[in-house]
Amino acid sequence: MTTAPERDLRTDVTPLAPGAPRSGTTFLGLPTAPRGVGHLRGDQSFPEAARTALRDGQLRANLGHATSTIRRKRANVVGEVPDWEQLRQAGKAVKTATMARLDEHLVELERQVTARGGVVHWARDADEANAIVTRLVQATGADEVVKVKSMATQEIGLNEALEDAGITAHETDLAELIVQLGDDKPSHILVPAIHKNRAEIREIFLRTMQGVDPELTDEPRRLAMAARKHLRERFLRARVAISGANFAVAETGTLAVVESEGNGRMCLTLPQTLITVMGIEKLVPTWRDLEVFLQLLPRSSTGERMNPYTSMWTGVTPGDGPQEFHLVLLDNGRTAVLADEVGREALHCIRCSACLNVCPVYERTGGHAYGSVYPGPIGAVLSPQLTGVEDNASLPYASSLCGACYDACPVAIDIPSILVHLRAEHVEAQEKVTPEAAAFRVLAKAMSNPRLWHLTQRVAGLGRFLARGKPTMPAALPPPVSGWTRSRDLPAPPKQTFTQAWAREHGGRR
Amino acid sequence: MKVALFATCLVDTVVPQVAMATARLLERLGHEVVVPPGQACCGQMHVNTGYRREAVPIVANHVRAFAGAEAVVAPSGSCVASIHHQQAMVLRRAGEDGLAAEAESLAERTYELSQFLVDVLGVTDVGAYYPHRVTYHPTCHSLRLLRVGDRPLQLLRAVRGLTLVELPDAESCCGFGGTFAVKNADTSTAMLTDKMANVLSTHAEVCTAGDASCLMHIGGGLSRLRSGTRTVHLAEILASTEDAVTPNQTTKPAVPA
Repeated sequence: MTTAPERDLRTDVTPLAPGAPRSGTTFLGLPTAPRGVGHLRGDQSFPEAARTALRDGQLRANLGHATSTIRRKRANVVGEVPDWEQLRQAGKAVKTATMARLDEHLVELERQVTARGGVVHWARDADEANAIVTRLVQATGADEVVKVKSMATQEIGLNEALEDAGITAHETDLAELIVQLGDDKPSHILVPAIHKNRAEIREIFLRTMQGVDPELTDEPRRLAMAARKHLRERFLRARVAISGANFAVAETGTLAVVESEGNGRMCLTLPQTLITVMGIEKLVPTWRDLEVFLQLLPRSSTGERMNPYTSMWTGVTPGDGPQEFHLVLLDNGRTAVLADEVGREALHCIRCSACLNVCPVYERTGGHAYGSVYPGPIGAVLSPQLTGVEDNASLPYASSLCGACYDACPVAIDIPSILVHLRAEHVEAQEKVTPEAAAFRVLAKAMSNPRLWHLTQRVAGLGRFLARGKPTMPAALPPPVSGWTRSRDLPAPPKQTFTQAWAREHGGRR
Repeated sequence: MKVALFATCLVDTVVPQVAMATARLLERLGHEVVVPPGQACCGQMHVNTGYRREAVPIVANHVRAFAGAEAVVAPSGSCVASIHHQQAMVLRRAGEDGLAAEAESLAERTYELSQFLVDVLGVTDVGAYYPHRVTYHPTCHSLRLLRVGDRPLQLLRAVRGLTLVELPDAESCCGFGGTFAVKNADTSTAMLTDKMANVLSTHAEVCTAGDASCLMHIGGGLSRLRSGTRTVHLAEILASTEDAVTPNQTTKPAVPA
C-alpha cells in the first residue's frame, strides 16, 4: 500500500545553498500545514488568549507548582552529568548532519522498514495522513483504536478525523486520558494535563469514567488505579493501536517510543495492527546515534536518569506482537521549515519540553494561550513555521527573549534567535506599511544620523512637560504607551541628555 | 586607558545619570573617558522587533561612531550582547560584509561595565561607599548572553556600607523584553508582579542591575505600587563615595510620598 515512493523527495528537501535568496513564508512554494485540519492554529492571538489565561488563578497556581517542581528535578539530574555540554553539542551535531541529508535517510528508512515486513506511507500533510490512517483502520474492520501519546497525531487532529469516520480513539497516556475525558485540550508537550491539579482530575474521573468508585479520592495512587482499571479493558480488546515515534533508526528501520507509564508498551505489543505516525524529522541515521538522545531526553523531559519504558520494534516479527505494521511519514510543513536556513534548527527538537518548563511566559500563561499543540518557546518557533508565519504571527512575539529556553534545550536549539528571525519574516511579509513599521522606519532614520537623533531626543525630552514637574509621566497615555503605563510608571524625561551634559561640561557643543 | 563610553539610547535620553556615573567611576579609577558624539543606538530594539533591515543604518552609525576606539564600555548587558551577537549578523544578511567585519572587531573591544571592571581592569573593589540595603537582579542578557556570572556581585560585595541581600528566584526574567512589555503587556505585567514580590520580600531599599531598561521596568512597577523600594543602576552604586553619594544620583524614592 505504499503511496508514491517515487515522489522526488530529494528535490523537495534539499536544503538551500547558504546565502541563497529567500523571502517570506511562501518561499519556493513549499507547502505549509493546511488550514481547517489539525491543531496548529488558535482562534485568538497570543496576547488575547494570554489575557484570559492570566486571570485564572487556579491555572497560575497549578502551572507554577508543576513547572517549578519539574525544573528542580531536571536541574538535579542534568547537574550530575559531567559531560552534559558535550552531550548536548553531540545531539545538535547529529541532528544537523541528519537534516542535511534527510532525503537519503528517509529513503533508507523506508527500505529497511519494508524489508522487515512493515509498510511505509508518505503523507504530504495532515489531510493525507488522516486519510491514510482512517483507511488502514477501516481495512481491519475495527471501530476503535488505542493510542500511545503522540504529538504528531495531535498536530494533525487524527482523533477528530477518526471520529468523523465512526472510529473511537482511546488515549491511554494518563494525562492525555484526563484531557480527553475532560473534553479539554493538551497544554504541554510532555504533561498534557499540567494545567489540572489532582482535585480537578478526581472531579473529571468521577464525572466521566463509567463504573468508577464513587469514593475515589484525589490521592495520586488512587487516581492512577482508577485510570488503569478504565484502560485495561481497552488494551485487552483493542485490535488496532496508533502511536507516534520518538526516534526512527534509518539503518535498521527500527522505531522507538520512550514513556513512563507502560501504556505505550501495551499498545505497541498487544494489538494485531500497529500504525505509527511520525514526523519526517524524527529519524536518526544509525543505531549508535540513539545513545546520545536516550541520555539527553529523559533527563531533560521528566527529570529522570532513564525513562521507565523504552520500546523498540523493527518491522513485523511472526508470532510476536503486531502482525501488521504501518509507518506513516508526515511532512505537514516540515520541508518548508527545512528550507529556512535559520528556522530549520527547530526541526532538531526531540519534544522533551524542557523549554516550556523554564519559560517565564509559559509558566504564567500555560499552553492553551499558544493555540497550537506545540506551546512554549519551541511551539513559538515551530508552529508559525509549519503553518506559515502569517497564520501564527503573534507567536514569535510571545517571548521576552530571556534565553532560558536555549540554555535548557538538550540539543542547543537557539530558540531566541529563531524567534527574532521569524519576527523579521512577519514584518517583511507585510505588503502595506503598518503604523508600527512607519514609526520604526522614522526612528531608524533618526538613530542613524546623529543630528536627527539629537533633535529626536530633544523632542522626546519635551515629554517632561506632560509630567508637570512630577518625576513620572501621567498613567493615562495613548496606545501603544498605555501598554506600559497601565501597570508601570514611566519616568519623566530629564532636562538634558547625558551627551548634552557631557558636551557642556567638556566645553564643546553637542 | 582611554575608554569610549557608549551611553546607549535609553540611558542617554531617559536616565542620563547612569552614563554620568559610569564616566565618573572610570575617571576615578584613573582612566580617560571619551564620549563619541556620533553615537545613538546599537539597533537592538529594531532587530528584536523584526526590523532587521531598518536596523542596518543604525548599526552602521554605531560602527562609524566608535571607529578607532581602544575600548568601548556600556552600562548595559543587553546592548553589549546585541553588539556581540546581532550587529555583524544583521550587516552580513544585508550584504554589508566589510562593515560586518568592522562590527565584529568593534564587538571584541566592547565591554559591559562589570566585565570591563573585573576582567579588563582587574578590580573588584572600586572604592565605593553606599550605605544601603541592596538586592541584585541579574538581567537575562547579561546572565545568559554575556555570562557576566557573579562579577556584579563581586563588585557589590566590595562596596563599603552596602548590605547585599539575595534575591529569591533571581534568574527569572522581569518581563521587560523590549517591545514585549507593550505587545504582551499582560504577560509582561504578570512576570513583573512576581519579580516585584521577590524584590519586596528581601526588604531591600534598592534593587540594582546592570541594565537601565530592566530597571526602568522593575522600578516603574515598584513606583506604581508606591512601594518605596527604588531601582538604582550598578554604575550609580559603584560611583558613590563618602564625599558625594554620587554627583547625579537620586537617593530619594522615585515617587515622593
